[in-house]
Amino acid sequence: METMKIHDVTPNDLPWKIRYDASRCTLCGSCVAACSFRAIEPKVERRRMVFSEGDLPEPKQRFSAVPVIRQAHSVKNYCRGCGICEKVCPNDAIGPVRNQDTRHPIVTRCLAGDSIKRGGRKNLEATVRTLDKLRVGRISQMTDPSLDAQRHTFDMLAPFGRILPAGKLPLKINEQGLLVSDGQAPPVRWIYPVVIGDMSIGALSWRMWEGVAMATAYLNEECGLPVRMCSGEGGVPVRLLKSKYLKYMILQIASGHFGWNRIVKAMPYMTEDPAGVLIKIGQGAKPGDGGLLMAQKVAEHIQAIRGVPKADLLSPPNHQGLYSIEESVQKMFLSFNAAFKFRVPVAIKVAASSTSVSVFNNLVRDPYNIVGGFFLDGIDGGTGAAHEVSLDHTGHPIVSKLRDCYLAAVAQGRQGQIPLWAAGGLGRTGDLAADAFKMIALGANGVFTGRLILQMAGCVGNDMGRCNACNTGLCPAGITTQEPALAHRLDPEKVAQNIVNYFLAMDQELKKLMAPIGNSSLPVGRSDALVSTDRGVAERLQIQYVC
Amino acid sequence: MCRIGAIKSLNYVHPSQALLLMQSQQKGHDNSGFAMVMQDLGGIFEGYKHLPTLSLACTDEGLKLAEDMLHAAGFQRVLQWVPETNPQPGLDINAMPNYVFETFDYPKAYKHATQQEKEELLLNMRLKLRAALEDDDMGFVYSFWPDVVTLKEIGDPRDIGTYFNLWQPDKKFTARVITAQCRQNTNYDIVRYAAHPFFLQGYTALANGENTFYQKNKEFQRKLHHGYIGFESDSQCFLYTLHYVHRQLGWPLSYYKHVITPLPFETIERRDDKEQMLAIRQSLSHLEINGPNTIIGVLPDGTLFTCCDAKKLRPIVIGRSSDTVVFASEVCGINEVLPDRNWETDIYPNEREIVVIGNRLEVQRWKQ
Ligand code: SF4
Ligand code: SF4
Repeated sequence: METMKIHDVTPNDLPWKIRYDASRCTLCGSCVAACSFRAIEPKVERRRMVFSEGDLPEPKQRFSAVPVIRQAHSVKNYCRGCGICEKVCPNDAIGPVRNQDTRHPIVTRCLAGDSIKRGGRKNLEATVRTLDKLRVGRISQMTDPSLDAQRHTFDMLAPFGRILPAGKLPLKINEQGLLVSDGQAPPVRWIYPVVIGDMSIGALSWRMWEGVAMATAYLNEECGLPVRMCSGEGGVPVRLLKSKYLKYMILQIASGHFGWNRIVKAMPYMTEDPAGVLIKIGQGAKPGDGGLLMAQKVAEHIQAIRGVPKADLLSPPNHQGLYSIEESVQKMFLSFNAAFKFRVPVAIKVAASSTSVSVFNNLVRDPYNIVGGFFLDGIDGGTGAAHEVSLDHTGHPIVSKLRDCYLAAVAQGRQGQIPLWAAGGLGRTGDLAADAFKMIALGANGVFTGRLILQMAGCVGNDMGRCNACNTGLCPAGITTQEPALAHRLDPEKVAQNIVNYFLAMDQELKKLMAPIGNSSLPVGRSDALVSTDRGVAERLQIQYVC
Repeated sequence: MCRIGAIKSLNYVHPSQALLLMQSQQKGHDNSGFAMVMQDLGGIFEGYKHLPTLSLACTDEGLKLAEDMLHAAGFQRVLQWVPETNPQPGLDINAMPNYVFETFDYPKAYKHATQQEKEELLLNMRLKLRAALEDDDMGFVYSFWPDVVTLKEIGDPRDIGTYFNLWQPDKKFTARVITAQCRQNTNYDIVRYAAHPFFLQGYTALANGENTFYQKNKEFQRKLHHGYIGFESDSQCFLYTLHYVHRQLGWPLSYYKHVITPLPFETIERRDDKEQMLAIRQSLSHLEINGPNTIIGVLPDGTLFTCCDAKKLRPIVIGRSSDTVVFASEVCGINEVLPDRNWETDIYPNEREIVVIGNRLEVQRWKQ
């Protein structure tokens, strides 16, 4: 018999407990096979049974070996509450139950002497978001009739690229009184206002990445929605770099420069320009931290694309050698612009922070007019891997910071010159259209989202600490893993289909929000369309307070 | 819904015509006011076309203050016309104590000044006067520009006409271009400045509809030019954009439409001037108007035009005779002023179209 000591870890110390009903279990083994975390295991228990056979009680006992499913008592193989066991059990015999009394944060650190790492999203505040305190309150009627979302045409495109003020446009008037070009302006692309956020090919399983890329191509070529996908740091398969689909991809470069070697080498063979370049300075889910890809996920193809051994890959938190915004503009932007012969817009992604506005102001004043977009990422987003302490305790909400940047531009009469893109928990309630619309009305040109894309694909994680094991390489849904067996759980076609369908639904919903305010083009900065029942929010965002 | 109207004629026209034009469309207004801008003046102002005329409604103190400021700045008055008012009891009018139309000669220092310098001086002087008279509602300075007078009043247009003796045509007070509206704006407070038409440095604009991009327009225009102030009405933005596109950027009038109602991306893709259209769309997206609107505008050279929003959600009709063109929201207005015209030649502009009336009344229709 097992001897348990009080310092042993038991399910009561862990965040989830397994509910198991031996009487329903047929021991088919599905749950054990499906649990990628090995949080449950088959066990044989020695059970004592007392019985009496005669007319009078004459207790006897029998010992028998009974096979059961038991929860692993380990801080390594602990249950993440993903519920895959419950999903695969034909008899409803098993499932995770949240343990309110968990000691997990303490025992894990005590036993490992190391900081806790995980993926997913911030789990501390699953409270009402600022966006949920906003409503579209200005409805057109009579004097400015609402539009018909079904019948009218809408112009839903957002700029990606540096925009010159009208007086500085290289235009002149010819003899016929027509405006004609007189010089070169920075490249600007008009794209769908929802960009698929940067998730690298190392963070996602190759099947997931393929599914997203497929969805992007389908949305562009079959649905007429010019949706762009950002590659994330870590490179792009060479075949894709050389294909016509490159035009739908925004290539990302971060401080680790992972994958850029391949990109640079592929440049002479590119038949299309990429949609843009996004220089990642910071990420909202773990601001101030660099990238982190655990060795578990550095599969062979990742090693090949990036030219690295199987080891933890850490991008530094900072771009080495860059100590000022001016410098970054000169070195990075100029070199990447030059690399693509000034045909491809180059934007920057920073984490929302108290200092974001100063960064933005600096870029807005940049005399080279070279920064083609300010991607601002807030705390509520997700990440592939991070130290839990950073994930839960650092960061800045996106809504007010986006608004601050927009109003800073307004104060200088420079709104729109560097398009603003925002992300960080958008679509957390599942309704991305509403969140996107509100952000746009507050001044964003568009939004980007990563985590919601995972959820479209079937991620079972949530904001209440369910799963969030993207760092382990054991994603039970096959999304953030490089284990072939797990990745094969994911059907790329289904992923693509879900994403396409979600975007189509969202597109319709965006129109459903634009129509009542009577606008057929994106209401960028139309904060008059929004109201809030929360006085603090209304004041902070400079919108109407209603009660 | 507002009704708007404009008359452009080869001959001098009395404002009673503008009143008639608007009166017949009365259903469309709520009798909260009447305003008009008269350009290319006849009558007593005819001999002073090159000198600026101040249009001012004010209290006694306001008048003194304004005149002192103008004298201090070196302006010398050459003509004053105070309309004879008819303050009979029972009139629905919220009149100011004084209505003054005074023509001034430029300060001596400006004898050799360029046209541009004079234009800046006039604008700055008007802004200064406006700011000074703002306290205690001492007065409202509508325009200070050569060959232009502006009248804005709160009340029933019929009574306003009676008060200013505008119903009886005479030869003293006439113009070749008159734009008028019979209502105060409904979105905001009733303020004299909020009444259409709006005027800035030779440009006039008035509109029927609602500017749903008002907030965006306003936030952007505030920083574009020091003359873009007030924003008492969402329609002022149309004027400022006209001024910005045509005067500040120096683009031809046809591009005004591309700024306020940009072509859909799909259409842009198919055009030869795609590059320019996209450039306009991206740089001036904050000047777009996305609500339902019909706009009437006048350029400094007297060109009269109208354009509508992309979905044509507001009406406008253009009627013509050999010497007069009339724009009105409704045909009944034109019938009043030009009863004998050939109505078959009336123009009903389409969405995305600009109709332009030149100084010899030639008509141009520009499809976008
Ligand atoms: S919930 Fe997930 S992690 Fe927990 S036992 Fe079931 S399959 Fe394993
Ligand atoms: S299901 Fe996969 S992607 Fe979703 S939280 Fe779990 S590990 Fe991460």
